[in-house]
Amino acid sequence: MHIVVCLKQVLDPELPPRYFKIDPETNRPDDGVADMVMDSYAENALETAIQLRDKIGGATVTALCLGDEDSEDVLRRALSFTADRAVRVWEDEWENLDGQAVGHILARTIQSFGGADLVLTGYQASDIEEGLVGPVLAEELGIPCVTLASELAVEGSILKATCEAENGYQVIDVPSPAVFTIVSSEKNVPRLPKVKDIRLSRSKPIEELEADDLEIDAERCQPAVALRKVYVPDREVACEFLVGEDGPELASGLAGKLMELKVL
Amino acid sequence: MANVLIYANQQGGNLSSNAREALAFGSSLARSANGETAAVLIGPGAGTAAKEAIAFGAEKAYTIDSPLLAQYQVELYLDAISEAFEKSQSTILVLPFDRKGKDLIGRLATRSSASALTEVIDFKVEEGTVHYVRPIYGDKAYGEYTINRKKAVIGIRPKSHEPASRDENRTGDIIPLKIDLSEEVIVSTLAEKIESALSGVRLEDARIIVSGGRGLGGPEGFDELEALANVLGGAVGASRAACDAGWVPTSFQVGQTGAVVAPDLYIAVGISGASQHLSGITNAKTVVAINHDSEAPIFKRANLGVVADYMSVIPALTKALKKRMGVNTG
Ligand SMILES: Cc1cc2nc3c(=O)[nH]c(=O)nc-3n(C[C@H](O)[C@H](O)[C@H](O)COP(=O)(O)OP(=O)(O)OC[C@H]3O[C@@H](n4cnc5c(N)ncnc54)[C@H](O)[C@@H]3O)c2cc1C
Ligand SMILES: Nc1ncnc2c1ncn2[C@@H]1O[C@H](COP(=O)(O)O)[C@@H](O)[C@H]1O
Repeated sequence: MHIVVCLKQVLDPELPPRYFKIDPETNRPDDGVADMVMDSYAENALETAIQLRDKIGGATVTALCLGDEDSEDVLRRALSFTADRAVRVWEDEWENLDGQAVGHILARTIQSFGGADLVLTGYQASDIEEGLVGPVLAEELGIPCVTLASELAVEGSILKATCEAENGYQVIDVPSPAVFTIVSSEKNVPRLPKVKDIRLSRSKPIEELEADDLEIDAERCQPAVALRKVYVPDREVACEFLVGEDGPELASGLAGKLMELKVL
Repeated sequence: MANVLIYANQQGGNLSSNAREALAFGSSLARSANGETAAVLIGPGAGTAAKEAIAFGAEKAYTIDSPLLAQYQVELYLDAISEAFEKSQSTILVLPFDRKGKDLIGRLATRSSASALTEVIDFKVEEGTVHYVRPIYGDKAYGEYTINRKKAVIGIRPKSHEPASRDENRTGDIIPLKIDLSEEVIVSTLAEKIESALSGVRLEDARIIVSGGRGLGGPEGFDELEALANVLGGAVGASRAACDAGWVPTSFQVGQTGAVVAPDLYIAVGISGASQHLSGITNAKTVVAINHDSEAPIFKRANLGVVADYMSVIPALTKALKKRMGVNTG
């Protein structure tokens, strides 16, 4: 069983708002103070892929990233999670790709591997947050897509996904091959890689592919949307701090305020 | 000129509130593009829902009433909606970016060679071009987008619009569409459905919410919040950190990827106030924060702040409110 997991490098989503600034020239965040990290749901997808592989004899995990040289870091991290193979696709002219173009290129890349039995992506990247790559990939590959999966299991030729539903959970069965978009859950909390695996990951190869290696449709590779302007909205509220010597005094003050508000 | 088609989710002839929001957004988009507003309703009850869609602002409505569409099934819904998009000759398809929208939007756009945008909260017209507004970077920023393709599929973030209002006097054509749907396209099947065993009020509908985060230190802290919520007649919510730790089920999660709520009172306990969390409480009226770190970003969103260890405050607050509310109600 060949599992491909798609990983994106993003600006650290946990960056506190006070450090978050937009460079009006580029319409991008100032990355002076922020780290670039692996997209958070993609990391949950990676953890899911590794756990699944370890349960299935002979299964392998390929980590796939579309990104420039800097994004090699996320592939190193995937190798330290014990992914079997790491592939990076990039072409310098791919500057402003959107989720649809990324979905197309990733689909062609997966086809160049001879396909995959399972393709995992995060549900939504933590920077531009489109939530498109997984469903677009599925459509491009002509295979089913299950979104918002928090758990995956394989039963014979059937893939079973536990997914968020409108009011609770549902289990969806699909045949392989299929695409799954992954959300975080207590089952897929990313591991802390072992020191030994981190060391090993440094010497493992990262394969590189370019447009010429793939049968890309020039049209579908054009971004379908253009980001014209980015700004930080001002949403600050004036906070009234309660004063008090100790917990009970603060609590009593707060209770009084809440009663005044007449919402109770 | 751009004609807009709205996929309005319905059940038994009733439109969902997400559908009414999409109708409000879609008809104002069509008006500013000098186009026509149409809705598509699918499944049993589509005819009744079509009348509703017209009362809520559509100028005409397409119906696809097949028993195959009685339950949501992604492959059949994709076929039905993309055919309707094609046959209606609209250039913009609007649907809510809700649970179903998350399955459908990217795939519908790929099938129709259309541009796709999700999480859209607003639009404006500048020099004849529509700019769509959506939050990005975990709600820390807003981005304005234009589309590069002839057609577009636009996903509206739930709770970002006032639902359209109803006007009985509106009229419009109802056009049944004949579409060949085949069970053969079905590949994904629902094996099991687990309704969450939430007692009391649904988060989305609660007027008062008490939410806990990593600062509670463990599942026991939620017992204290539960007790407070009981006195207040509210619901309990949580940050993603608390859900991911397994202290409470994921259905408690408030935020960008959890419930979007708009209560009169939101009490955040041991929650730092990450932008992704605040994204879920944009429309909360009064926000109270209890956190022992006075620098926590939650205080920039809170109307009332208490800087203290929550354990020293919450039980005392529950007690104080019990007493006062007892006195009040007499
Ligand atoms: C793509 C993406 C989507 C996300 N979606 C969501 C979402 O939908 N909802 C969400 O909530 N998060 C979401 N997050 C996560 C978010 O970025 C934060 O990591 C998360 O909200 C932090 O949770 P927290 O505030 O409980 O924990 P922390 O940030 O760790 O904060 C804990 C707080 O508790 C305080 N504290 C500690 N002990 C005490 C005590 N004894 N008494 C009082 N205060 C105490 C601390 O001072 C601190 O401020 C998302 C992240 C990503 C990347
Ligand atoms: N450049 C990329 N390279 C590899 N995977 C990606 C890339 N962009 C997005 N993805 C995957 O698609 C998921 C959803 O991204 P998006 O549709 O952009 O919100 C991410 O969590 C990743 O798993």
